[in-house]
Amino acid sequence: MLKKLLTPFRKFFHGVFGLQYKLERYSLGLAVAIIIAGSIGGAVEIAPLFTIDETVEDVPDMRVYTPLEQAGRDIYIREGCYTCHSQMIRTLRDEVDRYGPYSLAVESKYDHPHLWGSKRTGPDLARVGGKYSDAWHFAHLYYPRDVVPDSVMPAYRWLARRNVDLDDLPQRLETLRRVGVPYTDEMIANAVADARGQVAPDSALAEGLIERYGEATTIRNFDGQPGVLTEMDAIIAYMQVLGRLVDINATAPTLAEE
Amino acid sequence: MSVEERDPLTGHKTTGHEWNGITELNTRVPRAVWWAIGITHVWALIIWILLPSWPLITTYTKGLLGVDQRELVQGEIQAGQRYRAYWEANLAAASLDEIRGEQALMDVVVASAPTLWGDNCAACHGMLGVGGPGFPNLTDDAWLWGGSDEAVLESIRVGINATHPDTRVSEMLAFGQLDVLTRDQIRAVAAYVQSLSGLANPNPEVRAEGQTIFEVNCTSCHGEDATGMNEVGAPNLTDEFWIYGGSDEAIFTSIHDGRRGWMPAWEGRLSEAQNKILALYLLDILPDAQ
Repeated sequence: MLKKLLTPFRKFFHGVFGLQYKLERYSLGLAVAIIIAGSIGGAVEIAPLFTIDETVEDVPDMRVYTPLEQAGRDIYIREGCYTCHSQMIRTLRDEVDRYGPYSLAVESKYDHPHLWGSKRTGPDLARVGGKYSDAWHFAHLYYPRDVVPDSVMPAYRWLARRNVDLDDLPQRLETLRRVGVPYTDEMIANAVADARGQVAPDSALAEGLIERYGEATTIRNFDGQPGVLTEMDAIIAYMQVLGRLVDINATAPTLAEE
Repeated sequence: MSVEERDPLTGHKTTGHEWNGITELNTRVPRAVWWAIGITHVWALIIWILLPSWPLITTYTKGLLGVDQRELVQGEIQAGQRYRAYWEANLAAASLDEIRGEQALMDVVVASAPTLWGDNCAACHGMLGVGGPGFPNLTDDAWLWGGSDEAVLESIRVGINATHPDTRVSEMLAFGQLDVLTRDQIRAVAAYVQSLSGLANPNPEVRAEGQTIFEVNCTSCHGEDATGMNEVGAPNLTDEFWIYGGSDEAIFTSIHDGRRGWMPAWEGRLSEAQNKILALYLLDILPDAQ
């Protein structure tokens, strides 16, 4: 029966296996053939995502990361936080129950690279912004077991005493602009001032920050240490904006109706 | 390279390769593998038709089943809500006292509270609600914003110094940083505050100076008798409970740099029923757990 079923494909199999037999004797030819086969997969599965309308939801008023938040994001990557924390709430009931509305593609629109991940030694952080206080984040990053007794997270004490590297901050924003994040010339020119302004409420610098990034920008002295801009400030600013670049409670119901 | 030849023992052909006299049998692909390849290919064809699969230029084939992950999870969430609805609506409508009087509702509270508390509150206040340095103990009798049912519910809903529009706002001024008080004055008033709860026994001169400073600067929030004011979230300074500590250093820091505790607002994250579950857990269950 098997033979009968396969008969119509005889020619096809002979062609494929004949080619395979010939190719595997020439390593370079085989490598080229593998690349061609792989590219077909990419062209069919990845390339259309750039043209399909529904890939990224359309959300107005999506804001970009402020320079300090972006610096925090870079620290998050540097310290390898993504190896234990994911940033994507999947479309599963238990995840939505625990972490909040499932993540939308648009929420990672300005993430380069995205930090979705799939490894959760710690909890998902996609909507951690606003869930805990700055003081809690400080205590937790400084020594996690002070606030979560059974935590296995390492302590990141040095963040509290290292100053944020501001020298190349404008260039970092410039690089992000090149890959599609809509930073304006003004935002890039004022990157350092805006980073300082975000930890100085009611200052002139903070006013400039609000003008460029909007009223919803969180301006606080995140690490509670006056007069210094530490990496702790940056990473807490980043923690507190996670999940808040779009107003999810206003966005999710309208998307569900579509 | 040798010519393909038939192996006399097995009857199979060889591959035609030959290395120092060693040749390789070209055994046929087992029948089961052909079946597996065939069946999976047919399965793929069926799935292409049933599920979203092929990308077109600006859209994609949606499949006959119309499966959409977001709709699926929406359905599951609604199913879960229906399951909870019979008690969630009752909890949302009832006052805390009414819930206390109804065993069926209290069973729900007892069953669901530890999970809710663990995920949302325990990070700062601890699993048993006893807090830690900078995070208030919720099981003692010292309430910043009042320990009545309504006060606790409101605190959870709007938070303290949070981003909620109706949030409770409270801030202890940074008397030292703002140059309102000198360092010596702060030391004097700190000693006076310690004497109120019997932590220190400063000499009468210092105590008198501290008291004068206290009466001028502190009574508007902490009250004439220093027992605090729930309306503005000012703590009682005469009891033995401390949020930031009662040592010389801790009190000096509090007065010099000010304090601005922050509790997130939970409206929007937690439902009204969940809010009540947490309030009951905090007011009724945790104190007994100590």
